[in-house]
Amino acid sequence: MFAYAVRRIIATIPVMGIVALFVFSLLYIAPGDPAAIIAGDQATPADVERIRASLGLDRPFLVRFLEWLWNVLNGDMGVSIFTNLPVRHMIAQRIEPTLSLMVLTLTFAISFAVPMGVVAAWKQGAWIDRLVMVVAVMGFSVPVFVVGYILAYTFALQLDWFPVQGYTPLSQGIGPWINNLALPAIALGSAFIALLARITRATMLEVLSQDYVRTAKAKGVDQKSILFVHGLKNAAVPIVTIIGLGFAGLIGGAVVTESVFAIPGVGRLVVDAILRRDYPVIQGVVLMFSFVYVIVNLCVDLLYTVFDPRIRY
Amino acid sequence: MSTTTSGVTAAPDLGDVLPARKARGKIGMFIHRHPTIFVGGLLLFIIFCIGIFAPFLGTVDPTALAPARRTRPPPDVFAWGSYWLDMGPKPPAVQFIFGSDMLGRDVYSRVLYGTQISLLVGFSVAVVASVIGLFIGLTSGFIRSVDTVVMRIMDGLQSIPGILLAIALMALTRASVQNVIAAIAVTQIPPVARLVRSVVLSLREQPYVEAAVAAGTRMPVIILKHILPNTLAPVSVQATFICASAMLTEATLSFIGAGTPPIIPSWGNIMAEGRALWQVKPYIVFFPAAFLSVTVLAVNLLGDGLRDALDPRLAKRI
Repeated sequence: MFAYAVRRIIATIPVMGIVALFVFSLLYIAPGDPAAIIAGDQATPADVERIRASLGLDRPFLVRFLEWLWNVLNGDMGVSIFTNLPVRHMIAQRIEPTLSLMVLTLTFAISFAVPMGVVAAWKQGAWIDRLVMVVAVMGFSVPVFVVGYILAYTFALQLDWFPVQGYTPLSQGIGPWINNLALPAIALGSAFIALLARITRATMLEVLSQDYVRTAKAKGVDQKSILFVHGLKNAAVPIVTIIGLGFAGLIGGAVVTESVFAIPGVGRLVVDAILRRDYPVIQGVVLMFSFVYVIVNLCVDLLYTVFDPRIRY
Repeated sequence: MSTTTSGVTAAPDLGDVLPARKARGKIGMFIHRHPTIFVGGLLLFIIFCIGIFAPFLGTVDPTALAPARRTRPPPDVFAWGSYWLDMGPKPPAVQFIFGSDMLGRDVYSRVLYGTQISLLVGFSVAVVASVIGLFIGLTSGFIRSVDTVVMRIMDGLQSIPGILLAIALMALTRASVQNVIAAIAVTQIPPVARLVRSVVLSLREQPYVEAAVAAGTRMPVIILKHILPNTLAPVSVQATFICASAMLTEATLSFIGAGTPPIIPSWGNIMAEGRALWQVKPYIVFFPAAFLSVTVLAVNLLGDGLRDALDPRLAKRI
């Protein structure tokens, strides 16, 4: 188990290296002259040259890449073209709201979707199963920001239950923090709930058709234990896999959700950077989120052995 | 039911026990078997027609500005309802059935023309990503040396959250519909390549492929004639889901200002423009959002139905 964990952790290093190489080489792969595009239409040739030099586009690719990689490993992700602040500081300032939103969304989504999927599988074909499936298909089809607007319009503007926009730091108390993040978390969680409920239902159906479940039923084990001990525990591996893979969608959704609800997080940072063509910031955020995604999936892999001791590596 | 003289009850005729089978035509049978394909396909067909015939559906120039008629609301459904039921006065005449935006442009025309962009992006991304993914998957499934390298690259590519990758690509290129299609397609290639590769890996162990190899069939012929046709079913299911996700991604990118150039009316752009006013004029966001959701729903239903039809084993489950 320990040897496996070490091997698995080492195996993420090349993946992260490829991610870094990819994120870096986007500047070179993109068609056209990125320095001119970043500088914008009103830029003078001198501006373009300045940006070219600051991005290092005037030097050989490999030299520049190794230099950049070394800097990133030392925690230096470059300097914003627009504000001249280190990208690392800009991200650090904005990380709390984003992290809060993600944690709250995950907690909320998992605690809703998994029971939904279990009940749907248990009552297969009944109205509640159909309802869960309809909700699941809808959740896939309505974009995050539309859900956000509908929620904000109904519960913030019309009913006045929640604030329309903004963010309260956790340091000012857990009540206001949750109150401010409730609608964004529900909006962001909608697609995730759809995905998770569907997979939970499918896996549970698979597990509930196994012989040992029939045996448990025959010997009179009560329904709750069959569903949660015999069923859910054995369905855990595909479910946590999907939680890990769905994290990418959650990151993308957070960028949009933060715009809708005016949350000053990393997502807002990216959106503002797009409008200013501040590429170093975009690059830094993409890199950071990709690493987070790789690490989340590493954790998922390591969790497999906890949920299913039969998995031995 | 009939009784014999010896008092033993004979088995009833099947016709008495089973419910009468409804006579269905070919189309009726298809609808009965695959309701989601039918509903999704029908919806998609209607939306497709709306996109193609947008210029003839009572639309005006979607980019025509009319500052004097800014932010006119859509007709009040309740006022007209009570007028038609003879319960209220006649409401003011309707100029814009979906209202007008802050520059006086007709939201109805913009939404209808926006259909074209969404469909174009959705279908193009699905085709481009499937073709490239097929090529990569077939190659790496058959050539071991290519496999390791290519699959590591796909791993890396897949580790970058799709929307962020598309945002980074869009930040480096000029906004255009082609660039949006390319940026979204890049993010969708790895899953197709992976899917095709896994199908190829299981197919190449099949006896009929071994037989073809033993008979001396050349590799390209085996790939094209024996392997490729078997990958098309799963890939086409995947392609419909890519189409749905590409439409959502395009709208999202346009919404945050990294997508289709603002001059082109796409659903994402209309919503991005309505963003500043959504608290007071929610209809500017509402109509494109409704069209987008229904379109994506239609494609998802079609995909679900196709998957169930092509893989009956899974049909009962997911």
